[in-house]
Amino acid sequence: MEPLTWTGSIAFLNPLLLLALGLLALSIVVWMLASIVLPEDQMTVNPDGTLSSSSGLRNLIQAALRYSFLAIVGLAVAYIVLGILMGTSAGIIGAISQQFLPVWLSLIILYAMSIAFKRKLGLYGKLFDSPIGMIGFGLVMFWVFTGIFGALDLIVTHDPLAQLSGMKNKVPGTPLASLEEGQYAWYLLGGDNLARDVFSRMVKGAWIVVQIAPLATMFAFMVGITLGLPAGYYGGRLDTLLSFLANLILAFPVILLFYLLVTPEIVATGVPNYMAAVLFVFPIIFLGVLLNSRYYTRPNFRTPLLIGVLGVALWLYLSLISTSGYIINTDSYRIWGLPTYLDLFDIPGGILVVFVSVVFVNSPTVFRIVRGLALDIKTRDYVAAAQTRGEGPWYIMLWEILPNARGPLIVDFCLRIGYTTILLGTLGFFGLGLPPESPDWGSTINEGRKLLSIYLHPALPPALALLSLVLGLNLLADGLREESLKD
Amino acid sequence: MGLFILRRVGIMLVTALCLTFLVFFLTNLYPNLEKLAKTQGNFRMSDEQVESYLQKNGYLQSTPIKYGEWLGVLPSYRHTNEDGTVQGRCILPGKTAEESPSFCGILQGYWGYSTVFKEEVSTVVGNRLALTGRLMFWVMLLMVPSALILGVLAGMKEGSATDRTLSTFAITTTATPEYVSGVIFIAIFTSSAVGLKWFKGTATQAMENPTFENFFLPVLTIALYGMGYIARMTRASMTEVMTAQYIRTARLKGVSFSNIVMKHALRNALIAPFTVIMLQFPWLLNGVVIVETLFNYKGFGWALVQAAGNNDIQLLLAISVVSVFVVLVTQLISDIGYVYLNPRIRIS
Repeated sequence: MEPLTWTGSIAFLNPLLLLALGLLALSIVVWMLASIVLPEDQMTVNPDGTLSSSSGLRNLIQAALRYSFLAIVGLAVAYIVLGILMGTSAGIIGAISQQFLPVWLSLIILYAMSIAFKRKLGLYGKLFDSPIGMIGFGLVMFWVFTGIFGALDLIVTHDPLAQLSGMKNKVPGTPLASLEEGQYAWYLLGGDNLARDVFSRMVKGAWIVVQIAPLATMFAFMVGITLGLPAGYYGGRLDTLLSFLANLILAFPVILLFYLLVTPEIVATGVPNYMAAVLFVFPIIFLGVLLNSRYYTRPNFRTPLLIGVLGVALWLYLSLISTSGYIINTDSYRIWGLPTYLDLFDIPGGILVVFVSVVFVNSPTVFRIVRGLALDIKTRDYVAAAQTRGEGPWYIMLWEILPNARGPLIVDFCLRIGYTTILLGTLGFFGLGLPPESPDWGSTINEGRKLLSIYLHPALPPALALLSLVLGLNLLADGLREESLKD
Repeated sequence: MGLFILRRVGIMLVTALCLTFLVFFLTNLYPNLEKLAKTQGNFRMSDEQVESYLQKNGYLQSTPIKYGEWLGVLPSYRHTNEDGTVQGRCILPGKTAEESPSFCGILQGYWGYSTVFKEEVSTVVGNRLALTGRLMFWVMLLMVPSALILGVLAGMKEGSATDRTLSTFAITTTATPEYVSGVIFIAIFTSSAVGLKWFKGTATQAMENPTFENFFLPVLTIALYGMGYIARMTRASMTEVMTAQYIRTARLKGVSFSNIVMKHALRNALIAPFTVIMLQFPWLLNGVVIVETLFNYKGFGWALVQAAGNNDIQLLLAISVVSVFVVLVTQLISDIGYVYLNPRIRIS
């Protein structure tokens, strides 16, 4: 087998891409300079009341910018389409775009559906009016689909943990030393210092992030909302106490907290299990209060609903916190949990402690945001109206204040998933929590950085993957903010 | 104002006490003590040997008592060995039990002995802080002015070309954590694979002899992550000021645009970023830990990693005291500064 080059037989596109990139950079610089130097366009009011502006030099520059940008997008699409069609004969890029085929298809379907029905989809639909939001959403969904399909073994070319002989630190596109039947013939992005496939590890790493980050952020939001709303609404002693506790956690440097919490020794003492048992109660409280405050006037409907919802939630909660029959299982004592035949899933201690500490670090910030919003919104007229109507305090908090605070909260949710991703990477970077051979991006960056001065390829793909995912989340948050401000 | 500061200082002390107790509790859990005993003695110690080591060094008392000893409000533990000699926390090498004081905690100015560095904690922390202080100084010098300039330029005209480009840049830097940007910088500027080799990939030499070549990359890596955030805050504050009534009045009077920005808008626009810059210090602390590990610069963050990795209790406590102190003092300064800079709050 021949080693693959980066672009193979579609190398004729490379000079075009370089040209387009050069043009884009040039037009951005000219655009910025022109916006400072040139006078602003003169608007003239026509007799019929419409405005028209002269098509001056500014418009010319903007057109150049737009077309060079479109050219780059077109070329990127050409690379991908040709890659999908030609596969490995289009080099590494071609092979990779072919591997990502399920992701491209899902993205196309998602975008086609969303744009077709965008007027019926509320805030989500409005996202497709803002280019920034669309780019961000695309980046995020790319990694979400990659994670899901990677977990289904669709995209990966090799086992992320398998070490193949002769592939140690090999550059991207190296063919396997000894090819067996049914194996993919190349290491598309090279091998790391333990001769594992960098490409497959990067794809598998996406699944770890996609699994943990949104879920941990959601739990942090549940905790923050359940505590922040009463703190803001009632104020007084409760507020002082909760704010003090939140500030206490916030005053801790995050890394010190991680180093204290996420160690095998702490896992052995059962501290993370206690924290999990406390933190994971909040979603149940949240759900229970949410439904009860809405339907308590209709007990016939409320009681079965609450029994059903809380029953399922409690079952999930117990299976979440109990592992092989115990809630806490240390050498000196143990506490019984759900029996194993009822236990839906087991979370390994390493993952649980990572999850718990990420929730723990995030929830005080969410608490502060929610508290601030509640303080602001509780002075509004519709809250006073609800109070006059005789609604209970929890109804006002959860069904009057919370829906009206959703804009900033959704934006912060996106930003916070990005921040959680960064935190997970930090944990991996310091080798805390997750097992050392795990393909998550932080651990891979940490391993790759040791040989960085000679071999770039093991560390750069996960670094760029993490960068693009977090960038996507930030752009998405920006797009959402812009669109929600337009209302 | 005096009462306000006094109250804040009181809250600070309570916070610091709670946090150090938390650190104390977590580091004194039995598995951690066992690990400490094994790293200090040897890794094949039996359970009884671990027990006797811990007993001898007074680790087996209850946590509140040990915490009181560390604070210096309780007399410290002494252990009489079989040969009649007395050992304890306060008894430094070369002193007898009678000569030594019975209280030795941070109230007496004694921070303990680092088991990793085999030095007194106060010297370790002092030396490492000096190194990190130098790093932070250059980070601030690079980050604050460039972030403010970026933010002001972007916020002068909302939606303009400059605004779009600079905002995109700012978003990108906030989305790039230090361990990503550091790795990318090392890959591009120091590796033999790319071949630029403009800078050094480690900053170990920078501890004695900082030069542009070995010190710029760590500084840039920390500064970039914080820069984007400050720039975005500055931009938001600047755009708000630029739409204010008095700016419109100035424009209608015929004041030139540069004069409006420099003389009318800038001062008011810089109030909010001031607090943001102050609140960035805790975040910079995280960046410092990552970058010092990445570039092998043996400062405060590096010491934190070493202390935490080896469960060096005394050093960890000192480090958490210092970092909590930094966080709380910057919060205090930002509050006072905000009141001082913003006359509207001062009057009400």
